Amino acid sequence: MKYAYYPGCSLESTAWDFDRSTRAVCAALGIELEDIPNWVCCGSTPAHSTSASLAVALPVLNLQKAQAIGAPIMAACASCYARLRTANYKVQHESKERRRAEQITQQPYDGNVPVHHVLDVLVNHYGIDRIRAKVERPLEGLRVACYYGCLLTRPPEIVAFDNPEHPTCMDELLAAVGAEPVEWPFKTECCGAALSMTATYSVNRLAHKLLSMAREAGADCVAVACPLCQVNLDLRQPDAKRVHGDFPGVPAPYVTQLVGLALGLSRRELGIEALTVSAASLLEKYGRPATTAAGGS
Amino acid sequence: MSETLKWNNTTLVEQVERRSGTPVGACLQCHKCSTGCPIGPEMDYLSSQIMRLVQLGEEEEVLASRAIWLCASCEACTTRCPMGIDVAGVMDALRIMAVERKVAPPGARGEEFNRSFLGSVRRHGRVFELGMMTAYKLRSGDLMADVDKVPKMLAKGKLAFLPNRSGRSKQLREVFRRAEEEDKQQ
Repeated sequence: MKYAYYPGCSLESTAWDFDRSTRAVCAALGIELEDIPNWVCCGSTPAHSTSASLAVALPVLNLQKAQAIGAPIMAACASCYARLRTANYKVQHESKERRRAEQITQQPYDGNVPVHHVLDVLVNHYGIDRIRAKVERPLEGLRVACYYGCLLTRPPEIVAFDNPEHPTCMDELLAAVGAEPVEWPFKTECCGAALSMTATYSVNRLAHKLLSMAREAGADCVAVACPLCQVNLDLRQPDAKRVHGDFPGVPAPYVTQLVGLALGLSRRELGIEALTVSAASLLEKYGRPATTAAGGS
Repeated sequence: MSETLKWNNTTLVEQVERRSGTPVGACLQCHKCSTGCPIGPEMDYLSSQIMRLVQLGEEEEVLASRAIWLCASCEACTTRCPMGIDVAGVMDALRIMAVERKVAPPGARGEEFNRSFLGSVRRHGRVFELGMMTAYKLRSGDLMADVDKVPKMLAKGKLAFLPNRSGRSKQLREVFRRAEEEDKQQ
C-alpha cells in the first residue's frame, strides 16, 4: 500500500505531533508514504472565502504534483482533505471550473487523483481486523469520545466515507485497539475551526460545549482527526474554562497517537508531549516506555 | 394563480446563484440551516434570514452583516438543506461580494485574517504561522489576543521562527495573479 502524502501547513507547526504519529503508525503497519514534492498550501477557508478560482487552483497544483507519484493521496488535516476533494469534485463536474484551474496552473488536470483521509485509509483500506491483529498494548480502560468534526463527513457527496450525522469508523477503530468509545451527541458538531483567531468568543463557547459534554458522557479524553479541532479543544481549553465555566480537563490526542500507543510505539515516537492539556498521566500505562525505545529494542 | 412569483430585485438573487452555483431562490424558510448552525447565537442574521434577504434583494443589509463573517464553513447547513441549497457556498459568495464592494462591516476580522493567511501562502507557498499572526494583528489592531499562548506554543515546538518555503515562489505569484484575473471576469 502506497500513498502520496499531503501533510499540509498545520502539520509542520501546530500539529507536528499529528504528522509524527501519522507517519509512525503508517510505518508500523507497512503503509508506504511518499511526500508530495514541493506541495503548497491548499488555501483552506481563507481561499474559498476570498476567491472562487484560487480555492480550486491551489489544491489542483498539489493534485497535479501527486500525479507523478502514481498513488492516491493521503491527507491528515481534515480541511486539506476537504479542499482537495472539493477541487476534484468541481473539476470533474463543471467544465468551467476545469478550464479555469488549468488556465491558472498552466497544466492539464482531469480531477481523477483519488484523495483519502488517514482515518479512511486505516479503517477502510488497511482494515480494522488487520490493525487489531497488530495490537501490542491494548488501550484497556481508556474511555474515549470520538470527535469527527465537520469536514471529514460534510458535505457528504464530496467528502464522506462514513455517515455524515452519525459516523462510527473512529469508534470502531479505537474499540479494535482496546479502548472504550463512549456514546455522546456531539461527534460532528463544529468547534469553530477557522474562526479560532477572528471570533474567539464563539470558539471558546463551542469548545466548552464539546469538552464538558465529553466529560459528562464519561470520557477520559477526546480523540480528534483534525489539527484545527485539536487547537480549539486543547490549546484553547483553559480559555474555554475561564470564559464559560470550569470542568475537569480533557486531553485531546489525535486518533493516530492513540492507535500508535496500542501498536506499541513509544510516547516520544507519537509526540504525546506536544499536547498542551497533558495526557501523560492518563496514557502512562499505554505504549512502549521511552527508555526501551532509546535502547532500540 | 399560475403566475410565477417574481422577486422584487432579481439582480441580487441571480448574482448570488451564479457565483455560488446553487438555487438560493428555492429556499422555503424551513430554518433547518439556522437550527443546526453552531454560530447562530452570535449572528446578527441567521442563515435562513440571510437566504431570505438575498431573495428580497436587500443587498446592503446582507453584505454588511456580521453573520457572513461569523459563518465557520462547517457545512452543516449545506448538508441538511432539504432544497439542496449549498448555504455555506452562498456565504462564500457573499463574503467575496462584500470585499469587492468594500462594504465589510468594521470588526469583521475574517477579511483581515484571510488577507494575512493568503499573503503568507503567496510569499512562502505555505502558511508561516508567526508571520501570518503578526500580519493579522497589525491589520486587525487586536495586538494582545493570544499573546499568552505564544510561550506555550514555542515550548511545545508548535511555532517556527522561520518560514518553510515551498516550490518556486515566482510560479506561485503567477498562480495568484492569474487567479485574480479570472476572478475579475466573474
